[in-house]
Amino acid sequence: MFNLVIGQYVPMESRVHRLDPRSKLISVFLFVIIVFLANSWLANIVLLLFCYAGILESRISLPFIFRGLRSILVIILFTFFLNLFFSSGGRLLLSLGWIHIYQNALIQSVFIVIRILVIIVVTTLLTLTTSPMEITDGMENLLSPFKKIKLPVHEFALMMSISLRFIPTLLEETEKIIKAQAARGSDFTSGSLKNRMKAIVPLLVPLFVSAFKRAEDLAMAMEARGYHGDTGRTRLHKLVWNRRDTVMMMIMALLAAILILVRVSGCW
Amino acid sequence: MEKIIEVSGVSYFYAEDDPWVLDDVTLSVNKGEWLSIIGHNGSGKSTLAKCLNGLIVPQKGSVRVGGFDTKDETNIWEIRRLVGMVFQNPDNQFVGATVRDDVAFGMENHGIPREKMIDRLAQSLRLVKMEKFADSEPHRLSGGQKQRVAIAGIVALQPLIVILDEATSMLDPEGRREIIKTMRTLNKEHGLTVLSITHDLEEAVNSDRILVMNRGKVVREGSPREIFKTPELLEKIGLDLPLAIKLRRLLNQRGISLQDTALTQEDLVNELWTLRSTM
Repeated sequence: MFNLVIGQYVPMESRVHRLDPRSKLISVFLFVIIVFLANSWLANIVLLLFCYAGILESRISLPFIFRGLRSILVIILFTFFLNLFFSSGGRLLLSLGWIHIYQNALIQSVFIVIRILVIIVVTTLLTLTTSPMEITDGMENLLSPFKKIKLPVHEFALMMSISLRFIPTLLEETEKIIKAQAARGSDFTSGSLKNRMKAIVPLLVPLFVSAFKRAEDLAMAMEARGYHGDTGRTRLHKLVWNRRDTVMMMIMALLAAILILVRVSGCW
Repeated sequence: MEKIIEVSGVSYFYAEDDPWVLDDVTLSVNKGEWLSIIGHNGSGKSTLAKCLNGLIVPQKGSVRVGGFDTKDETNIWEIRRLVGMVFQNPDNQFVGATVRDDVAFGMENHGIPREKMIDRLAQSLRLVKMEKFADSEPHRLSGGQKQRVAIAGIVALQPLIVILDEATSMLDPEGRREIIKTMRTLNKEHGLTVLSITHDLEEAVNSDRILVMNRGKVVREGSPREIFKTPELLEKIGLDLPLAIKLRRLLNQRGISLQDTALTQEDLVNELWTLRSTM
């Protein structure tokens, strides 16, 4: 019943897996920004090729990634048609009643779909090739300069890794509660939307109560094991910046340069 | 014998108007022993455990661990390193994303250098026989395995004592056996002091010493043999007697006189089959 693709980590041996989480995080961050430079066919093809190369390097099968994309198909289609119907410019291609489709609108819609697609593929690639632990470690490390202005970077990273750690535990618990409520005649799958929403309340209440209990227990266990914040703490995981990470940064710089060049030169 | 924990005259209440949860408790824990504290729910035994590593500080009396007083804030982290604690719920004390991360958590908190951490991590996982699961995630482990990981995380800190706070009460019989066996090895072969807080008397039978608590007071103290001499008291405060003791009493009522030395099932079986033997 619960099929999470977002945040799913696929442990494997590949060059993308072995990259330092910091270089991956920086790359994704940069990518999401430079994607907006692409407003031509050439630039969009470059973006698609970059994603394709990334997937090939990660050794994760293309169908696996597409299966993950299926869940956001609705959003993609929605944005596509919204742009298609409501922007104008260029030659009128089709006219059906109140719907007018213009050439520029069609091109723009395709570009926007490509934009969404590549952003999602790249971020999925990050979570598929990097364990949640590595991501939080990388984030904490990258954000550590903000500790100077008293931002609780360490606490935030710990909070994130604990919530990730508890997702499967809470899912298991939810399923247990659903079964317990179903055994007492509760119905989650049929009836009107209003009734179904109502059936969720007796599910959420016990779940919240137990989550609070867990939080209290966990805080006590952490204190008993000597947790007292970031001061004087050592780390098991050591992040190592290798040459391949520098190479990754170079690739990103190159990609940005190409996209800027294409945009400035005004290629088709 | 060297005393590693000394509790004297400790009283504690959670809120001003509540009755004392602990009422003038005095006890000591000797180095290397296996001490069981038994008592019914609400007898104050878990509160006592939390006093021992400074999670709570009693309003009256003092708790000294390895010479440090828990009242003194400056020692609190050293005390928590010396007193390891395994809690009841295996899920709610698993902090790390994997077994390796969880065992390292305590060491990271205490600022142990990374090289040492890696050595001790491997060592303590070997001690609890979980080395094959180093990269496993918690939801793929059984309750007993999770508790063994918790023990490994404590052992890695090289503590003086491990407190099992009802650590086996949420486990299946298999998991319970695993934990007891692991702790027994650590106790007998590595000299680790164990304080087991439980309401399972079967588990307490094998300890060196037993303390019986009721309504915040220590009501009895002695070896298992001494404690089980008067099973009526244990029943009166709501504890379930071990099968061997129950059976022995029923047999005695039927006129089969058995010595009261049999505490475990094995003792009893031995006594029964040699009963009519004249040799």
